[in-house]
Amino acid sequence: MSYNATAKFLQRVLCKQPLGVRTYSVEATFPIKPIDTHKLENTPATEVQINKDDAISYYTKMQIIRRMELKADQLYKQKIIRGFCHLYDGQEACCAGIEASLTPKDDVITAYRAHGWAYIRGVPVCNILAELFGRKLGCAKGKGGSMHMYSKNFYGGNGIVGAQVPLGAGIAFAHKYRNSDTVTVACYGDGAANQGQIFESFNMSQLWKLPAIFVCENNRYGMGTSVERASASTDYFTRGDYIPGLRVDGMDVLAVREATRFAKEHAVKEGPILMELVTYRYHGHSMSDPGTSYRTRDEVKEIRQNLDPIMNFREKIISAGFVTKQDVATIDAEVKQHVENETAKALASTEPDFDQIACDIYVTDTPLSIRSCNIYNQLHHQPSV
Amino acid sequence: MSLLRQSRNILSNLRAKSLAKRLMHFKFEPDNPPTNLGPTENMNYLKALTNAMDISLENDPTAIIFGEDVAFGGVFRCTVGLREKYGNDRVFNTPLCEQGIVGFGIGAAVAGSTAIAEIQFADYILPAFDQIVNEAAKYRYRSGGLFECGKLTIRTPCGAVGHGALYHSQTPEAYFAHSTGLKVVIPRSPIQAKGLLLACIRDDNPCIFLEPKILYRAAEEEVPVGDYTLPLSQAEVLREGSDVTLIGYGTQIHVLKEVAELAAKDGISCEVIDLVTILPWDADTVCTSVSKTGRCVITHESPVTGGFAGEVAATIQKECFLNLEAPVERVCGYDTPFPHVLEPFFMPDKWRCLQAVKNVVNY
Repeated sequence: MSYNATAKFLQRVLCKQPLGVRTYSVEATFPIKPIDTHKLENTPATEVQINKDDAISYYTKMQIIRRMELKADQLYKQKIIRGFCHLYDGQEACCAGIEASLTPKDDVITAYRAHGWAYIRGVPVCNILAELFGRKLGCAKGKGGSMHMYSKNFYGGNGIVGAQVPLGAGIAFAHKYRNSDTVTVACYGDGAANQGQIFESFNMSQLWKLPAIFVCENNRYGMGTSVERASASTDYFTRGDYIPGLRVDGMDVLAVREATRFAKEHAVKEGPILMELVTYRYHGHSMSDPGTSYRTRDEVKEIRQNLDPIMNFREKIISAGFVTKQDVATIDAEVKQHVENETAKALASTEPDFDQIACDIYVTDTPLSIRSCNIYNQLHHQPSV
Repeated sequence: MSLLRQSRNILSNLRAKSLAKRLMHFKFEPDNPPTNLGPTENMNYLKALTNAMDISLENDPTAIIFGEDVAFGGVFRCTVGLREKYGNDRVFNTPLCEQGIVGFGIGAAVAGSTAIAEIQFADYILPAFDQIVNEAAKYRYRSGGLFECGKLTIRTPCGAVGHGALYHSQTPEAYFAHSTGLKVVIPRSPIQAKGLLLACIRDDNPCIFLEPKILYRAAEEEVPVGDYTLPLSQAEVLREGSDVTLIGYGTQIHVLKEVAELAAKDGISCEVIDLVTILPWDADTVCTSVSKTGRCVITHESPVTGGFAGEVAATIQKECFLNLEAPVERVCGYDTPFPHVLEPFFMPDKWRCLQAVKNVVNY
């Protein structure tokens, strides 16, 4: 949802029934797992404070992402979504936690597992789903698909592994150039951590002290290859070498939030920092991957039962007295309905018109012909609509 | 909410038809197996490739296969069983680093190993472009023949599959056609795939072996089980004709075969040529044919501007100028990135090719 729509939605949720809380809490403190550091003198806090509104907001957003991804799974199996679809469920705490410490003026760029990020950066669920379906209502007009979703201050959505990280360094340069106290978060995965261009980005960022937070979303498997089999060093937070690093429990939204707060402070003052989020994805690499040929079902089940970010956060906010079990159930039902409504909206949209095939290729003042299948049938390059 | 009720445009109606029909824009017809190569077995494209690599590793103790996920069999199952048979030191996974994979392959090849590298999708070969074009292709030339990486073969799945969108559908033959020193091969069928892969592996030049991934399971033929190679740089005339020469490669050949059938119904006799090798390509066969027919249509999936059809057309117009009855036609992809949901418009399908045939005949 856009920020306004989220606010309205939360208002409805918060003000609906009297939230029958036995204890009326507005703030709570939680401990977080110790964060490993690399070449850092200061460390992030070991206890975090959170207020009720934020707690409900994080919970709701994570739940929306979860529902949206499960919906995408369902629609993929019905062949309404086709092609490549990489789902983010299990990793919700990463994007929600990072976003919690960013402002709308900070930039984010990530790879192809982008649906959660697109949502958290402000793209409404119906636009995400429509993009998956390849419809006009999609955030990239239906021309990009699952891997190419964009929004203001969200640079996608990139297909080639690792290619987004140098872009992140470039965007960080722009922030520094403009003297704003904002940062760029460039995400990549444990598989991409072995790409050469990642190290090129590290070098440039450190040399020029760019305000970049490099986030390695380590979900332990690069497609079907476990981290031990792909990387000589699996301490991804140290692989920036001269760039300081943090290793954070990526299944705890509060830990991620605290680490990002710390990282942003560092990035703005000192320069780049690397943040490894240890997380997990429940689905396979993509919808073509059952996700069980390289890991056991028991492993997935165990993580779902013990480390699920949404479940654990739910327990926290109930124990803190922010909400009751009933309130949470209400939120869950509202979220479910919301996703259903958005799905219906997305399904109602139609595919892009044929003209779109020759649109958005160049920026040009003079008329430009695009040759088509038969070179006699020229299309005219359309201005972006 | 029924799908038909929602849809108002043709694309949506197409969805109602069977997915298979919509996905495949061609019909694969198996070739007759060659009679002089011994017993045959029913194999699909990817099994033919596995067979070729099996033979290669068996006969050449220096042969190694490496790439992303090849050890368990590969994402397309092209290397199934090879690690179990030949061991971890000959069939192994690399991390996710295409530039590293090719560079490493060049090094292994120059040191004497028969290196068979796999790039998981042809769209991902671009990070390795520098290694291929600057290092591999030019090694022999710049060292005056002292060093070369001819034992390197890079295999990669390419081509449209119906839902691949921008980064899982490209065929980058044109970029590599521009780099002499390389050989670029694209087989159309299992029999071709096995023979040509063995030829590439044994060829003393670095080869790029493009495998149209839509054919992996769709193409099944009786493939000779023995060791055989097919000649590189030799185009093949698949169908003789007298009115128009149709030139293509890879999946597009199957589209052209159907076009020839459709044209025959209108009394147009088409000659269909499979280029087989893009670089160095067999200009003689092509020009002989076009001199005979006087008309030519060249087609490929990749975009038209800068596509390989331009090279073929330029050569044809020079060599066969006086014999041409009509300008050379090209039916290729649009000059756009490979689209997502608008793919059916992008593809040079049989109707577009048939229209081109009619254009040249009625010129």
